[in-house]
Amino acid sequence: MGHDTHVVVAKNKTQYEYARRKRSQTMQMQVVTFAIMIFLTFIAFAAVAAGMSAYYVGPVILLLAAIQVVLQLYYFMHMSEKGHNMPAFFLYSGALFGFTFVITFLTIVWW
Amino acid sequence: MSAIAQKKGFGSALWDWLTTVDHKKIAILYLASGGFFFVVGGIEAMLIRIQLAVPDNSFLSAGLYNEILTMHGTTMIFLAAMPILFGYMNAVVPLQIGARDVAFPFLNSLGFWLFFFGGIFLNLSWFMGGAPDAGWTSYASLSLYSPGHGIDFYALGLQISGAGTYIAGINFLVTIINMRAPGMTYMRMPLFTWTTFVASALILFAFPPLTIGLFFLIFDRMFGANFFDHTMGGNTIIWEHLFWIFGHPEVYILILPAFGIFSEIFAIFSRKRLFGYSAMVFATVLIGFLGFMVWAHHMFTVGLGPTANAIFAVATMAIAVPTGVKIFNWLLTIWGGSIKVTTPMLYALGFIPSFVAGGVTGVMQAAAPLDYQLHDSYFIVAHFHYVIVGGVVLAILAGLHLYWPLMFNTMLSEKLGKITFWFFFLGFHATFFIQHFLGLMGMPRRVYTFIEGQGWDLFNFISSMGAILMAIGVIVLVINIVMTTVKNVPVGNDPWKDGRTLEWAIPQPVPFYNFKRTPLVRGLDTFWIEKQEGNKEGMSYAEPLSDIHMPNNSFIPFVMSLGLFIAAFGALYNGEKAWAVPVLVIGLGITLASMATRSLKDDHGYHIHKEDLMDHKGGNY
Ligand code: HEM
Ligand SMILES: [Cu+2]
Repeated sequence: MGHDTHVVVAKNKTQYEYARRKRSQTMQMQVVTFAIMIFLTFIAFAAVAAGMSAYYVGPVILLLAAIQVVLQLYYFMHMSEKGHNMPAFFLYSGALFGFTFVITFLTIVWW
Repeated sequence: MSAIAQKKGFGSALWDWLTTVDHKKIAILYLASGGFFFVVGGIEAMLIRIQLAVPDNSFLSAGLYNEILTMHGTTMIFLAAMPILFGYMNAVVPLQIGARDVAFPFLNSLGFWLFFFGGIFLNLSWFMGGAPDAGWTSYASLSLYSPGHGIDFYALGLQISGAGTYIAGINFLVTIINMRAPGMTYMRMPLFTWTTFVASALILFAFPPLTIGLFFLIFDRMFGANFFDHTMGGNTIIWEHLFWIFGHPEVYILILPAFGIFSEIFAIFSRKRLFGYSAMVFATVLIGFLGFMVWAHHMFTVGLGPTANAIFAVATMAIAVPTGVKIFNWLLTIWGGSIKVTTPMLYALGFIPSFVAGGVTGVMQAAAPLDYQLHDSYFIVAHFHYVIVGGVVLAILAGLHLYWPLMFNTMLSEKLGKITFWFFFLGFHATFFIQHFLGLMGMPRRVYTFIEGQGWDLFNFISSMGAILMAIGVIVLVINIVMTTVKNVPVGNDPWKDGRTLEWAIPQPVPFYNFKRTPLVRGLDTFWIEKQEGNKEGMSYAEPLSDIHMPNNSFIPFVMSLGLFIAAFGALYNGEKAWAVPVLVIGLGITLASMATRSLKDDHGYHIHKEDLMDHKGGNY
């Protein structure tokens, strides 16, 4: 594996254009996601401010939080890009295990 | 560092071992310390069997028996089996995937020293007021009320060595994902690499629950918290869950690398490609997954309710399926092969029936209603020794013979090896087979003695005699090691003549940079392919000769671990001795300062230049 040699090759015109376009697309996605996240946070605050039942607000906030985590991972931490199969695999496995543990604790320890 | 071999004084040799970041040397460190703890745990086992050899024995007192029993289990699992397997992983995996080292050599050394200091700390309990005595499971309902500091040594020692294990696990994950030589796709990885990979993933997910449980225990016992105290709103069952969420995957952390070693052995000595390679890989991954979904089978009798028991019973039985797939694949690998019964192969052949027996009793215990009968009886002791000794320990002994030439460039005596095998194998079955019946006859587990005339006397005596046979086997092994080391006859690479994977292709002694040029992997069993095509060198290369980047040795991992070791004494004596808090602070300070040093001081390593590589053949030790 070439961990020792780092060859830098200048980009040609087409490659440069391509990279530019890619970057601006990523940027766009990030701005959109950011807006969505602000909006979700706003909903969370609004739900609490509106004084709705805690049994309703709690799960809703958790759900919104889950969506935010996914957005964060995919659009800010680049999981939507190529070559992230392994991190995604481990993340989902970990989430699955964690979920199992929490469900068990909820159902057979605390209830 | 010069590439030419040189004689060193004792001081500089010691310094070299303390600071090394070379995976091959760290492998030897793991093997030596794991071997040491294996002997310690073995002596504890002998004491247990002496005490139980006859009824109403007073060789050990009840309290001392509990301490020895606890330390035997804890030592064997955390300080002997796992580290020895890490030794093999370090020695083999980087070579097997064509890498120059693991991904993080510094962390590799840190992982070892954390394990080492944690293990020493745990064992110091013997000399500092008494060892832990609540079993290796240390259930909170017992351990919270254990007087003295034994349990504190357990919790703090395992916390430190656990951190080391965790670091080692992550290191192997990253190594296997990122450092494979060109052409080494996932589906060309040798089975030992695959099982190391999955075992490391299990470490990644299984150790955090243990860490949390141990912290709760530490807080409860040393800092006045009440996580497990039901009178204060805590819940003692939480410990049991956290422990077994870790504990069941832990048994797979041990057995998967063992499976890997045997997979290599079957292929090498049947001189045949491993049968059903992709099914083997799939089964390994599946076992890894299912391993997380079954922990409550250790708690059937706690009273989880029929629904929970049923779910966990079925999940547990499901694991037998991928395990069965593996057994059949090994049998079919041997089938029609041109078999050479060397010592490693002998162990592998002995492993199959032994492990199957352990698996069958496992499935029996998985039937929750039956487990109400079997739980906490000697049947359980028989079961887990069949899987751990019949599986893991046989693999460790087989691996010792198989990989000794790789690690030391000498060959253990085959004759003595076979003598060891027969003593150990027969002794093992004599000791544990009969314990199934003791369990069925009602003998409970974890008792320090038993009353005469319940029909248990003879079987217990036979069991103790078996243990003596095992001990003789181990003594012959030690003699074998000493003789081989004294004779010191170099054997070169591929000493078994039938090596299939890259680690056997590399020249011996292995150069400290491993591969002069990164190899090109042309298929599963790439060395075999090259040999078949008459390639004398045994390797194709993926790159021209160029400079090699190497990491510098470092003393920081040692100091970092030492800091935690010191801090642990502070935590242990908190609220009891005036110096406790200062010592805790100083210890943590040492660790933090060494972390800061590591982060702030750049260490770019060094390069071995192409010109120096040209005419360099062997290793540097
Ligand atoms: C087919 C695979 C297996 C099955 C179905 C199985 C099932 C079980 C069950 C149900 C128990 C709980 C018994 C009780 O306490 O009442 C148990 C205990 C145990 N098993 Fe296994 N097992 C399997 C493989 C393994 C392996 C591979 C290992 C280790 C390498 C292992 C090590 C242990 C240990 C150490 C215990 C006892 C823990 C304790 O209570 O101290 N098992 N097994
Ligand atoms: Cu289990």
